[in-house]
Amino acid sequence: MEIHSNDFKARAREALANPNLQKALKLVQVKFVPGRAAAAAEFGDFEALRDAGRDIRNRALENLDLWLERFEQEAIRRGARVHWARDAAEANAIIVGIAQANGVKKVVKSKSMVSEECGLNDALEAAGVTPVETDLGEYILQINDHEPPSHIVAPVIHKTRDEVSDLFHAKHGKPRTEDIGALCREAREILRPHFLSADMGISGANFLVAETGSTVIVTNEGNGRLCTTVPRIHVALTGIEKVVPTLEDLSVLLRLLPRSATGQPITNYVSMNTGVAGSGDSDGPEQFHIVLLDNGRSRVLGSELKEMLRCIRCGACMNHCPVYQAVGGHAYGWVYPGPMGSVLTPSYAGMEHAHELPHTATGCGQCSAVCPVRIPLPELMRKEREMQVEAGLRPWQERLSLKLWGWSASQSWLYGIGTAIAARFLKRLGGADKLIHRLPLGGGWTDGRDFPAPAGKTFRELYRARKNLH
Amino acid sequence: MRVALFVTCLADLMRPNVAFAALKLLKLAGCTVEVPETQTCCGQPAYNSGDRATALTLARKVIDEFEGYEYVVLPSGSCAGMIRAHYEELCKDDPALLARAKKLAACTYELTDFLVNVAKLESVPGDFAGSITYHDSCSGLRELGIKQQPRQLLGKMGQVEIKEMSEAETCCGFGGTFSLKFGDISTKLADNKCENACATGADAIVGGDLGCLLNIEGRLRRKGDRKTQVLHVAEVLAGKLD
Ligand code: SF4
Repeated sequence: MEIHSNDFKARAREALANPNLQKALKLVQVKFVPGRAAAAAEFGDFEALRDAGRDIRNRALENLDLWLERFEQEAIRRGARVHWARDAAEANAIIVGIAQANGVKKVVKSKSMVSEECGLNDALEAAGVTPVETDLGEYILQINDHEPPSHIVAPVIHKTRDEVSDLFHAKHGKPRTEDIGALCREAREILRPHFLSADMGISGANFLVAETGSTVIVTNEGNGRLCTTVPRIHVALTGIEKVVPTLEDLSVLLRLLPRSATGQPITNYVSMNTGVAGSGDSDGPEQFHIVLLDNGRSRVLGSELKEMLRCIRCGACMNHCPVYQAVGGHAYGWVYPGPMGSVLTPSYAGMEHAHELPHTATGCGQCSAVCPVRIPLPELMRKEREMQVEAGLRPWQERLSLKLWGWSASQSWLYGIGTAIAARFLKRLGGADKLIHRLPLGGGWTDGRDFPAPAGKTFRELYRARKNLH
Repeated sequence: MRVALFVTCLADLMRPNVAFAALKLLKLAGCTVEVPETQTCCGQPAYNSGDRATALTLARKVIDEFEGYEYVVLPSGSCAGMIRAHYEELCKDDPALLARAKKLAACTYELTDFLVNVAKLESVPGDFAGSITYHDSCSGLRELGIKQQPRQLLGKMGQVEIKEMSEAETCCGFGGTFSLKFGDISTKLADNKCENACATGADAIVGGDLGCLLNIEGRLRRKGDRKTQVLHVAEVLAGKLD
């Protein structure tokens, strides 16, 4: 997928000025935030569950190579084929190759963020294969000129019902309806024949279970199950970090994921795809290909950001992020928005393409307070800022002012003089109403806010004067 | 109790009264308070900007100045959080400094936390009369667990009514340099905070971190609200300063 992360500022500005988007985003706060809170409260000791989730993911990542090998063996033993892709281009080539080798003309897809990461649909189309998105959200995006998703769990969260009604009316040529049930039926009528006529189904995988060689998908629509069982070929594309050792481990993560994501105790469907259809099976694919993507993940594993690989893609961090709530996912300019995206995007797509992202958070810590696997997201963003400073990637003005400020703050006497001058200067700027309406070099602040002016003398001055009096 | 007051750079420059109020409260709680003269800043702006070297220089300076006191108290959750929750990580590559940083962290407190849990302040002198809504600043809340402490102290004031706002725990959008770098997002978050706060009809918005308070007040005033007061909890609790 094309990356626009360095345009964050401009995109965020547009988002703030888009009334439809602002209306649509309310849903995050109205639905997901209280949903997660209620589900966690109802569970009982959700904090202990989060500890367990963190530990399981850590255990998997500590010996990632071994668990992946085990996964591969078990998957192959059950008739699947496992492909390793170093990057997006390799993953696309593998999947296009499978399609071409089997004369596939059409594929049905269930939601996969990794396929977005790879830009798989474009690669398929370029090879003459038609991908049909069957997740309702992804379908809406696809018929809307291949609009990118704006959330990893609810890809079309940025659209209001009104907008979807207009879109369906325009694209389906049916009478306009705002009834959600009717809209779903409309999509279903169009999608059903595709399931039956597609030669190949592509899914992602929320988890890979090493001990059984299974890929697991967690969904609320039946489309995932249709994609993975009806066509004669099933391709599951996912990242190498998704492996967990055992079914027991999986059960813990399955408790955590839906509660954190949508506030559900469990999703409507939890599908485990294990091997190909056996001779006695009434359904299931003849071929089962599992494509495991690296695309920067092994680099992250060896870095200070490795905790990020624990991520189980629940979206809680973005749902609870005040910045995401204000600007939505498109502002972040790539597949993964919000706090997790601000950490991942620079790692996967290259720091030079996403150097704004690690700065796009206030550091409020709400994300790590809800992350089911306790990823210290603000800390990781801060580490990325350090990497930028070390690599000389920050603008010289910022570097210089930090150094100057730091130096003066380490020279107490000089700092005292500097602040005394600043206090007087700011007081004067404040004028009679003690409010600064326009701060030199501080337009970022005063464009939307006044800056309350100080009293004119620093504490240090006043305290010293007082001490001398006594 | 021998306490060192860490004024914080923001209070030093922007609102000295916050530090004087803290001083008064600590003395009332029976502490012997000292204000190390050479203090400047805890280094948080540099740390959060990724300038580790500068942050480390300042952390070293803070440790030099403040170690040896029984307690170090700050009228700010975010600066106290910097010392308690982040100095350890910052100093991790220098074992000798790390040991000192850990020791300092263990005796460092945010003001209201200290007054309630260590000094066990019985009564507060503040004479504010009216209703208050309390904004929970992020670092204090999530790094130090500051939630009930300020409310408990405000509750000791006979004429104060606390009216909780919705989303009291949501960020006000300040975020240090974030407020300058992403001014329009920051303003939007401040706007949400002001709306929630004003919806309570409280006479004053009170909090424990000056950064948030400047942000909230700045937005309120820009929108034309000259009435709602925005106060640091220390100012409210301490009442008149001499
Ligand atoms: S970082 Fe944590 S909260 Fe965010 S999507 Fe990943 S698992 Fe969920």
